[in-house]
Amino acid sequence: MLALAGGLAACANAGAQDARTASAAETPQGPGRGPGAGKGYDHDPYPSTYHPYPGQPTLVTNVTILDGEGGRIDGGSILFRDGKIVEVAQTIAAPAGATVIDGQGKWVTPGIIDVHSHLGDYPSPGVDANSDGNEMTGPVTAEVWAEHSVWPQDPGFGRALANGGVTTLQILPGSANLMGGRSVTLKNVYGRTMQAMKFPGAPYGLKMACGENPKRVYGSKGRLPSTRMGNIALDRATWLRARDYDRKWDKYEADGGEAPTRDLAMDTLRGVLDGEILVHNHCYRADEMAIVMDMANEMGYRVTAFHHAVESYKIADLLRARGVCSAVWADWWGFKMESYDGIGENLAILDRQGACAMIHSDDANGIQRLNQEVAKVMASARRAGIPVTKEHAWTWLGINPARALGIDRVTGSLRAGKMADVVLWNGDPFSVYTRPDKVWIDGALLYDAGNPRLRPVSDFELGQPGEGDVK
Amino acid sequence: MKRLILSALFLSTAALPAAAQNIVITNAKLVIGDGSAPVEGGTVVVQNGRVVAAGRGVAAPAGARTVDAGGRFVTPGIVAGFTRLGIVEVDGVGPTNDAGASASVFNAALDVAGAVNPRATPIAINRSEGVTRAVVAPDNGGSIFAGQGAVIDLGNDMDAVTRPRAFQFMEWGEAGARAAGGSRPAAFAMFRNALFEAQGYGRNPASFADRGKDALLTRADAQALQPVLSGQVPLLIHVERASDILGVLALKREFAGLRPVLVGATEGWTVAREIAAAGVPVIASALADLPASFEQLAATQSNIGRMKAAGVTVAIGMINDDEARQARLVKQYAGNLVALSKIPGAAGLDWDAAFATISSLPAQALGMGSDIGSLAPGRRGDVVIWDGDPLEIGSMPTQVFIDGVEQPLGNRQTRLRDRYLVPTEQGLPKAYQR
Repeated sequence: MLALAGGLAACANAGAQDARTASAAETPQGPGRGPGAGKGYDHDPYPSTYHPYPGQPTLVTNVTILDGEGGRIDGGSILFRDGKIVEVAQTIAAPAGATVIDGQGKWVTPGIIDVHSHLGDYPSPGVDANSDGNEMTGPVTAEVWAEHSVWPQDPGFGRALANGGVTTLQILPGSANLMGGRSVTLKNVYGRTMQAMKFPGAPYGLKMACGENPKRVYGSKGRLPSTRMGNIALDRATWLRARDYDRKWDKYEADGGEAPTRDLAMDTLRGVLDGEILVHNHCYRADEMAIVMDMANEMGYRVTAFHHAVESYKIADLLRARGVCSAVWADWWGFKMESYDGIGENLAILDRQGACAMIHSDDANGIQRLNQEVAKVMASARRAGIPVTKEHAWTWLGINPARALGIDRVTGSLRAGKMADVVLWNGDPFSVYTRPDKVWIDGALLYDAGNPRLRPVSDFELGQPGEGDVK
Repeated sequence: MKRLILSALFLSTAALPAAAQNIVITNAKLVIGDGSAPVEGGTVVVQNGRVVAAGRGVAAPAGARTVDAGGRFVTPGIVAGFTRLGIVEVDGVGPTNDAGASASVFNAALDVAGAVNPRATPIAINRSEGVTRAVVAPDNGGSIFAGQGAVIDLGNDMDAVTRPRAFQFMEWGEAGARAAGGSRPAAFAMFRNALFEAQGYGRNPASFADRGKDALLTRADAQALQPVLSGQVPLLIHVERASDILGVLALKREFAGLRPVLVGATEGWTVAREIAAAGVPVIASALADLPASFEQLAATQSNIGRMKAAGVTVAIGMINDDEARQARLVKQYAGNLVALSKIPGAAGLDWDAAFATISSLPAQALGMGSDIGSLAPGRRGDVVIWDGDPLEIGSMPTQVFIDGVEQPLGNRQTRLRDRYLVPTEQGLPKAYQR
């Protein structure tokens, strides 16, 4: 339980350290609500059109509940209605008209949140014509937005729902570039358009990358950066421009006069400097993460989370002190030099040190088994003498990624008033023998293992061999 | 100087396998690995590196080392059905990656056996998770033929290769088309031409004109294809699309000696009866359920379950799935197939069958079922004692024996873990902590 308190406190401190983030927690944050909203320029020109699908008032009884923020109720009940969680308690009387599900032997958790996905941007099939995740034509492409590449018909969304119980995911640009562009957070609900999947009110992210990828991609083209020092130099030069841009727009928004020239890349970086856009930084090596954190201090922004972060365990104390999260795999290592020191205890060591940590997939297959990835971490932790309860472990799939995405006020745990993003598992979700039984998003039943009609089939799969098969 | 002597000593002891002990493991929840159910209270007897008996009521020979398994799972070591273990240290670091050679003039002749490095980090890491044998395949370069693969053990010694040149590996379908110049017909032509040339070589090796770099098939490649033509070794073929699978089955009719083994086989379930009728084994990707390419449109996790139900001999392999480092994941994959059996409309495997897909069945697919992959008498003494259900996430071996030799379970990752369990420095820099 100490580990639990430490882990949550670290994430909370992360917000408290920074005034902008702290104030953002008081008022709804999101596109169009940052500084300059309504005056300078539209911060939300591609607004969400997502709406919850119809659902039945539903009561699940007699079920093991992991609430996603560290709580557990055995033989408990959960009631949701009109898209929202109404109550989570030991016993709840069935309201008139509610669908009642006996959860004997089953488990309930919040829907899984994957903070790192490329679904839609690198969809299946992985043909060149659909590969839209990396704008590899320049090392700084802060002007691109991942949402403008999302193909809503990616069959991977349906797999992540039906096999993975994933209800929310952040789609990031790839990691070829130092500043790869804006991310978008989606509800995992098929839509005809990207906007119909877009998580209402979720802040944007900025994808940054350090290490091998940018220096390899651009070094091989004979241009900056070809080294790690080149990576940082170009980052710093770009932040200096962004600060200048930010000052000009602040002045204009305060005093009026002639509007500064718009620059889409600088808009995004300004959003970061103003705390409206969260930085998600692909980075593997401990020493590089320490440099990036100093750079953030130097330039006046925060890193919300390092992604991949296979060496975070080496600097868990520094990450805790700076309030920076790590989004990690359970057991990936060795595929390239900067991943050589990956170990299975990474997440557990971070968590024990009180640093904010969570699981992530970065993979269209891995996203289908994030619960199993956490189970691996728990087993590694146990062997290393780090006790982790199941209810605490679900924070790595629930409230922690929700915080890193700035949506923890509305999802990420089973708390009254939050979105009814709920998974009913047919057993202990940390067992290899368990699968999702039902998945609700905003209270709408969108996957049911027992009902073939409740299995999404994307346009691409329609009329193809295996259509409608249990995937 | 002292340091040199010490390291020389270390090398000389590590270079040779430790002597196999005679071992009796008692009180086991015993899994033979052949698809039969676990037996409580089982005993395994290993003598001179081989299993001599396994079951209930087996008498323990005198003088053997006895290990009480305390009722825990005891199984054959995991056989990883398709890997690149031991020939890659870091995938992205070229000089450490001997899987493929796109600039080589040779193809079928390429032989991974000599490139296997028993000290490659992935060997110890996978050994610590109960993987004791692996099918190691080369990757293809400028030809559909990738070269000759080996079956290795993951023991802590310098003698890793169980069977060199155990098979030839070939790309078919989209990857084969790409390697052959851009189309499936180009791959068919390359295949037929190579086999015709190899047949010519076989008729009269002395008269075979090696035209060097201009050759469609070098002498070395022609020679390497002889055991493929004769069926002395299987031809592992990466193939995904149903129509391509049927094409491979047809090749068997054209070249009578061929012993094809399908690798990947995402759409196998849609032609499972044909595969079963042809008696062709499959080393399938267990959880590939995305239409990742147009040759995998029918991808489903039910693939293996449905093929097995149709009578196909099907094992789990990991082609193009971190197979140079993460062979350990086959346990999780097998466990997921058990989970699938509870989902209406899906086809999974029961536990016993699932375990066989990572023990006896890959061995059988390679024609090595009488040597490895189970605890039946005569098999190599590869035995693992587990701290839990071996297919459940997080279960780990407590003891691993390979050829009857107990193995160390530490590795570079456990050393990093121990150094950084407390991340802060303890007096001196971390470099002094070991």
